[in-house]
Amino acid sequence: MTELTHMTVAQALKGLENKDFSAVELTQAHIDAMANYRHLNAFIVETPDLAMDQAKASDERRAKGEAGALDGIPLAIKDLFCTKGVQTTASSKILEGFVPRYDSTVTARLFRDGAVMLGKTALDEFAMGSSNTTSYFGNVINPWKRSDGSNADLVPGGSSGGSSAALAARICMGATGTDTGGSIRQPASFCGITGIKPTYGRCSRWGVVAFASSLDQPGIFGRSVEDTAIMLKSMSGFDPKDSTSADRDVPDWAGQLGGDLKGMKIGIPKEYRMDGMPEEIEKLWQQGIAWAKESGAEIVDVSLPHTKYALPTYYIIAPAEASSNLARYDGVRYGLRVEGQDLTDTYESTRAEGFGDEVKRRIMIGTYVLSAGYYDAYYIKAQKVRRLILQDFEKAYEQCDALLTPTAPSAAFAIGENEDDPIKMYLNDVFTVPASLAGLPGMSVPAGLSADGLPLGLQIIGKAWDELTVLKVGQAIERAANFSALPEMVTKKAA
Amino acid sequence: MAQLIQGNTGEWEIVIGMEVHAQVTVQSKLFSGASTEFGASPNSQVSLVDAAMPGMLPVLNEKCVEQAVRTGLGLNAKINTYSVFERKNYFYPDLPQGYQISQFLHPIVGTGEIEIDLPDGSVKTIGITRLHLEQDAGKSLHDQHPSKSFVDLNRSGCALMEIVSEPDIRGAEEAAAYLSKLRMILQYLGTCNGNMEEGSMRADVNVSVRKPGDELGTRCEIKNVNSVKAVQMAIDYESRRQVEIIEDGGSIKQETRLWDPNKGETRSMRSKEEAHDYRYFPDPDLLPLEFEQSWVDEIKQTLPELPDEKKHRFMQSYGLGTYDASVLIAARARADYFESVANDRDAKMAANWVINELLGVLNKNGKELEDSPISAEQLGGLIDLIADDTISGKIAKDVFADMFETGKDPAAIVEEKGLKQVTDTGAIEAIVDEVIAENPDNVEQYRSGKDKLFGFFVGQVMKKSQGKANPAVVNDLLKKKLS
Repeated sequence: MTELTHMTVAQALKGLENKDFSAVELTQAHIDAMANYRHLNAFIVETPDLAMDQAKASDERRAKGEAGALDGIPLAIKDLFCTKGVQTTASSKILEGFVPRYDSTVTARLFRDGAVMLGKTALDEFAMGSSNTTSYFGNVINPWKRSDGSNADLVPGGSSGGSSAALAARICMGATGTDTGGSIRQPASFCGITGIKPTYGRCSRWGVVAFASSLDQPGIFGRSVEDTAIMLKSMSGFDPKDSTSADRDVPDWAGQLGGDLKGMKIGIPKEYRMDGMPEEIEKLWQQGIAWAKESGAEIVDVSLPHTKYALPTYYIIAPAEASSNLARYDGVRYGLRVEGQDLTDTYESTRAEGFGDEVKRRIMIGTYVLSAGYYDAYYIKAQKVRRLILQDFEKAYEQCDALLTPTAPSAAFAIGENEDDPIKMYLNDVFTVPASLAGLPGMSVPAGLSADGLPLGLQIIGKAWDELTVLKVGQAIERAANFSALPEMVTKKAA
Repeated sequence: MAQLIQGNTGEWEIVIGMEVHAQVTVQSKLFSGASTEFGASPNSQVSLVDAAMPGMLPVLNEKCVEQAVRTGLGLNAKINTYSVFERKNYFYPDLPQGYQISQFLHPIVGTGEIEIDLPDGSVKTIGITRLHLEQDAGKSLHDQHPSKSFVDLNRSGCALMEIVSEPDIRGAEEAAAYLSKLRMILQYLGTCNGNMEEGSMRADVNVSVRKPGDELGTRCEIKNVNSVKAVQMAIDYESRRQVEIIEDGGSIKQETRLWDPNKGETRSMRSKEEAHDYRYFPDPDLLPLEFEQSWVDEIKQTLPELPDEKKHRFMQSYGLGTYDASVLIAARARADYFESVANDRDAKMAANWVINELLGVLNKNGKELEDSPISAEQLGGLIDLIADDTISGKIAKDVFADMFETGKDPAAIVEEKGLKQVTDTGAIEAIVDEVIAENPDNVEQYRSGKDKLFGFFVGQVMKKSQGKANPAVVNDLLKKKLS
């Protein structure tokens, strides 16, 4: 049944419709894969029984001709989305054992369309990280290995690393993620899969454990651009329960794919050519530019002059919001409580034991930048720079329809690398953070392999609400790159 | 009419600014759909948002915004069509989010003013600095268990309007007048029920003292002052405390103090140094609040006549004095009642009956106007019976007492008990003759100059007629026959 785990969603939907296989068979194959690759530690909670129940119900719906847009498709859900009756932790000890009585809007919509949930995937604690090494439930291992024979375990990227690893290992057919500064695009690049963060406000944040409210945006990992388009449609749309969600129609993106890039202008931002960027990243970028040209696009050089301020700006705004968003984890109503001598002691002990180092670091940074006397110098200034960064993009889009850049400055690194230097770790998001600050849609498409045989992605950034162009450019790159490499452990199994 | 304190070194002026928290009259909470009804069992009106469950988001209740705008208009204030909700961050078990959503730099209502009525009949204008919308916290219960505190989140997330005054208030009397007037305005507008016992309206009082004409002194903020009386007592206590400290050579430390109603004193809660850094910043879960001026104008159209306008109208169109007008407008229902009674009748007489008779007897029986057994229509009917000489004013009081007892119509009572006034001159003349015949001594004395005895004859005639004789006719006949 291994081939059942190697299809795209589009192919699987056809197979189900043609009765080539049932949702139960499809789901069982993925449950088996989940068991096979348990050592990757991609899941915090596996829900095989729930998945089988959902698959059976799906087959019944299909038999009655009532199948939904994703009926019977087994997905992995990032453990930042609240799921009714299934533990939701944000990979934090402070939420261990927390079982919501509600489904996030995004998961509710996926289930409404018939999706099957295999389990909840690990992430960096509260989505704070780029390596998945800050999870309370342990590191997630990237299914890819370097081709130098070192056999070192690599990070899957982060924060949505459990989802990207699970999809790359063929455990699921799609996986939800959230992206605050690159948490979908960077792990997609590290794991050789496709991932899209739509425009801020496209997917509801209701029921998603908050990290930085003005940046957090749900999105999806897929095996192909078309798959992400299909799944994104199910997740998207206005939600009156989220005041920042947009009341806009959701286009049929998948139905509009397939053409070339004739008549399109692709911008190349010169500020993304950074000092010390590995040669192979630059080469891949040039290759991407050539592919876009071959597909009929006109290439335009553009400037995003405030790019260098994006990371510092992000590391003021995101921690500021996080320091306030995470105040609710106080041991009073749910999650971990460490009883102390008095109220203050209980707060301090609970939060000291419940949060990991990176979360504590960001809460402290956030508290600092919001404090009296520092607020204007940090938070207000960062908000001003954020506006300038948005204006950079708006100006660039007067000249072009989308931007093409590398997704990350490197391929996946080994677990333990970069751990001693938070700043070096933060640099992982240097190419993804600007679009997050501007609320723009961005996607990573696998485009080639590093010298070490690791996947590398290219990023497409679009105009607000123009996911269609992002997906079209992504698909042109996908077609030209024809990226078919698989992690060795997966090809071995398949053989 | 500033209230001054006589100290050892001369007179001191009390300077007061007030922050009033008024719970918005509305069905559901500021950012969630949970009910706001008072008195429900603990934690029965708590949504996922109010309990700050992971991933929950606030959605602004439009009705609360409308009520805030309505209140701003009632305070003659500037309405800001752009305002921002910010987070005020601090930890406490009855604050589930770890922050209160409030407004800070950009409140929904800016500067305004209200007139307060002072006991000497004068009027003073008090400036309003701002009004903003914010969430209420839940309630911590420390008396339910020997070692544990319980939390009731029913109130968590309810909409409050914080109304901040300028430091224009001088003394306890003015503070009481301000609070009463503010409450009256809110009740007229229907934006807060003003019930201080239920905590729907709470006041923080900023008090400082200075020698008249000096710069403002250092202030202390007094919390937990939950009635008009407590506000007065707290100000009296606190201002004297401050004067004593200064006159003893000390200085006032800026701090937050708590009013203890049992001991009748204020005591230190936290100093300025211990004050929280609330780390306000715009709530990223909510967009800035923007609306059209035309919406404000629409709300303005629906504003009721406010207390001051009503008072002036009562004085002008009904010819009432300041006192009567002030009493009648104190509650909207009372003013409406009066106007129904006064409709097409002698307004002064109507005011007199409402204020002196009806409100008097209601007060004596511990009843509100809403529970009055006598309707405005019935009271009007009673006044009609006096006006057309069916009964005398004296009989009317008996009828009124009967109406209050039974709730019956005045005409029915008069009919039933045969209280109709006798205006038949012949019948009265017979009684007058009888009285004169029965009291020859008094007649003689009256005629020899003891004018005061006239009242005796009137009384005797009235007694014999069981009060039904028309007093004017009795007077005329007696004067004629005794001369």
